Amino acid sequence: MSSREEILERVRKNQPAPRPLPAIPTFDAGSSTSIDTFKCSLTRMGGRLVDAPADGNLDAQIRKLFPDARVICSATPEVKGNRPIDSIQTPQELNDVDVGVVRALFGVAETGSLWLSEAQFKVNALGFLSQHLVALLDPAAILANMHCAYQHPGFSEANYAVFMTGPSATADIEGILIHGAQGIRTMTVIPVVYRD
Amino acid sequence: MKRIDHAEASSKFIRAKDHIEFHDKRLWDLRQKRDRESAHLAEWEQLRSLASAIKEHTLTNLADYLEEFERNATRNGAQVHWARDAAEHNQIVFDIMSSHHAHTLVKAKSMLTDECDMRPYLENRGIEIMETDLGERIQQLDDEPPSHIVVPAVHKLKADVARVFSETIGTDPKNSDVHYLAESQRQHTRPYFLRAGAGMTGANFAVAETGTIVVCTNEGNADLSVNLPNLYIASIGIEKIIPRIEHLGVFIRMLSRSALGSPITQLTSHFRVPRAGTEMHIVLVDNGRSERLGMADFWYSLKCIRCGACMNTCPVYRRSGGLSYGATYSGPIGVIIDPTFNLRKYSSLPFASTLNGSCTSVCPVRINIHEQIYKWRQIISERNQLPMVKKETMQIMGKVFSKPKLYRAAVQAAGASVEHLPRSMMYSRLNAWGRQREVPQAPPLTFRQWYLSRVNKGGER
Repeated sequence: MSSREEILERVRKNQPAPRPLPAIPTFDAGSSTSIDTFKCSLTRMGGRLVDAPADGNLDAQIRKLFPDARVICSATPEVKGNRPIDSIQTPQELNDVDVGVVRALFGVAETGSLWLSEAQFKVNALGFLSQHLVALLDPAAILANMHCAYQHPGFSEANYAVFMTGPSATADIEGILIHGAQGIRTMTVIPVVYRD
Repeated sequence: MKRIDHAEASSKFIRAKDHIEFHDKRLWDLRQKRDRESAHLAEWEQLRSLASAIKEHTLTNLADYLEEFERNATRNGAQVHWARDAAEHNQIVFDIMSSHHAHTLVKAKSMLTDECDMRPYLENRGIEIMETDLGERIQQLDDEPPSHIVVPAVHKLKADVARVFSETIGTDPKNSDVHYLAESQRQHTRPYFLRAGAGMTGANFAVAETGTIVVCTNEGNADLSVNLPNLYIASIGIEKIIPRIEHLGVFIRMLSRSALGSPITQLTSHFRVPRAGTEMHIVLVDNGRSERLGMADFWYSLKCIRCGACMNTCPVYRRSGGLSYGATYSGPIGVIIDPTFNLRKYSSLPFASTLNGSCTSVCPVRINIHEQIYKWRQIISERNQLPMVKKETMQIMGKVFSKPKLYRAAVQAAGASVEHLPRSMMYSRLNAWGRQREVPQAPPLTFRQWYLSRVNKGGER
């Protein structure tokens, strides 16, 4: 008998009498979906929210936020940057990116999380090899909490989906919080209305 | 196999005063953060009940959900393997790697691969393994198992890490600045991410409905491990299955709040379909789980989502350190899981508990941990696995407690003897309780004496 058959047979033999599956409420009555709530949660998780520039020039704003950045790679047409993502053949080529730029599909107010998938990243590694990440978020695309977020059809459509909440972090040595463990060192969210 | 002596093993850790004080404080801090976070959610207790019910439903229908997961994962283009035990798991992983000529593995933290003792198996066959979680990497470089399921090196101080890193990755031995140490590890690891032939993660959850693997991390290391190499291997215990995507809402809201007292992990990653031109392999591992599912009193431990809240709150764990349990899983959850792997070897562990029930009250999936600990004690004493001193004491206590007159005489004698016995007898090697404690001053009257005197005086009842 194969391992598969053996395991399934033993599980079937041993599993206790079936118990019911409960219905899951969304617990979102009265919950805020405002950009302010999102900002508050994001800040707690080590990210920052920066207002969009009055003149709409995102490229100039990003250069101002990261004056030392040499390579800026954007996966959204709203920001030009200086490394076209379409030229990337293998994800490893993104290792020298100082600032990656993406547009999140939606945000979650409860936690300050951004939902991103391969459709937003173009190359997934952009969200992790870059030293810093800038994400555009439509203030109208904020869901209340994780129950609402997990109803999004993106989870059964995307090959890869991630909630990014602030920068990468570790507190594995004496509980001291370090931002920029293995992934991005900073996360900057700019609220910008999405225009198709 | 040698029996683990938890009390003896913890004595070394207890002697290192700085370490134990910090350990105790750090973990209690996590417990307090967990309390603050859970208090923010009015529905917290309801979420615990839902999480428990979802897990119990899944485990009681596990065979069907495993098949559903396999079907959907296969449809997504992943290749699903089944492993009866640790040996088969390790062999499958090695075969996948060698058939792809992959010699370097970047991996995220996985308790399952520790349980399977995978690292030495692969290393002996020429595969280089880079643990990319900082705590797990520290433990790998120090050739020690993780001492905590969420914070693997929590028993170490920064000076210990500075020593380990200076001896292994060449950092300055005098520099124990935490930023410097973490940055050194980042710089050291990056080239491995770029050249590794394979990446590996465990799984926090595996969703039957979509064949999705969900991994919750903070460091960004899991996403780098999966999104760079052309080969991705996920090792998953069969109890990690949940039915649908919507159930993640319940678990994700509780996991990091319970573990670290943060609202969510920095990254919650969902791997469903391999990137174009790459392969994704999923190894479903039994290793004793299907057998545990048939244990009437103990199958509930399979609900565990590995948050570590029970460890952080446990006074025995905080004051003895995870390594003293001598097992992959330590603390209260370890105490009830480990004996299912080897009853004789881990027979002392269920006694490493005060039965205060704190573990049960913080568990996000409502595992009755302290009740299971008590049940293991019964099984261990019935099967004659108690250490000699404990057995003798229990027999004498049993006799005394069953005879009221003998009991009363003993209580009075004890009251008198606490005052008069020489310290050498009170705090002898046979009395473990005397090692870190002073016996409190006994009141002048026993409860019975006091009660009888009131009754005789005709006082109020």
